[in-house]
Amino acid sequence: MIPLSWYLILAAALFSIGLYGVLARRNAVAILLGVELMLNAVNINLVAFWRYGDITQMAGQVFAIVVFAVAAAEVAVGLALVISVYRRRNTVVAEELDLLKW
Amino acid sequence: MTGEQLLFLIVGAVTLLSGLMVVTSRNLIHAALWLVATLFGVAIVYTLLNAGFIAVVQVVVYIGAIAILFIFAVMLTRKEMRDQGAQANSNWWAGALVAAGTFAGLFFLLQGWSGFSKTAAAIPSGYDAIGQLGDALTSPAGYVLPFEVASVLLLAALVGAVYLAFNKK
Repeated sequence: MIPLSWYLILAAALFSIGLYGVLARRNAVAILLGVELMLNAVNINLVAFWRYGDITQMAGQVFAIVVFAVAAAEVAVGLALVISVYRRRNTVVAEELDLLKW
Repeated sequence: MTGEQLLFLIVGAVTLLSGLMVVTSRNLIHAALWLVATLFGVAIVYTLLNAGFIAVVQVVVYIGAIAILFIFAVMLTRKEMRDQGAQANSNWWAGALVAAGTFAGLFFLLQGWSGFSKTAAAIPSGYDAIGQLGDALTSPAGYVLPFEVASVLLLAALVGAVYLAFNKK
């Protein structure tokens, strides 16, 4: 049997990789890729806690499905924003989009 | 070491390696394809956790829709900064430090928790997890309200995305 710790460590590592992608990438699309990795790590945790807790309580799987829906919404709006910004400013580099900065 | 553990280790290593490729590859199309590999790995992890429905939804929604959407977005915006120039910003080392610190902190917190090395109870024979999930999603005593709110959220996001990306000319 696989202990719960293996899943939790896998999820923590995947979350950290996604966090690095969000913090370090310049391209806005690549930042959204990092966010996807983080959402997947959270989903692994939710499903693992469902399996290792009380299996008749479906809250973990239901939350995982809600996270799927939120991730789909986030990607659709995020990529639409990136494409809209690209049309107007002709760039997708996050640090060049500083209109609100000063 | 049982076969299940061996399978988990292989799948976990492949998932993490392709996750690293997602955040480091220069070509964004390659990054999106590595994301597909990562998502497949996570789907196999769901299968190992006996969550078959979640694994199928992962393949259909994440790989079939979200990853393809990423590839489309990359193709629509990739004229500049394709392979030349830095892909990581000048503070990438600080980002790496924060990520490593997050992992170390999570690991430290978790290994002090009493349920950390718990093993799973066997699933009782004849237990229908997918049926239970369907009941939970549609019964008023369960999670029908969050489920409906999620569908309204998806509709709103769809309309918003069409409005944002629409070319007004």
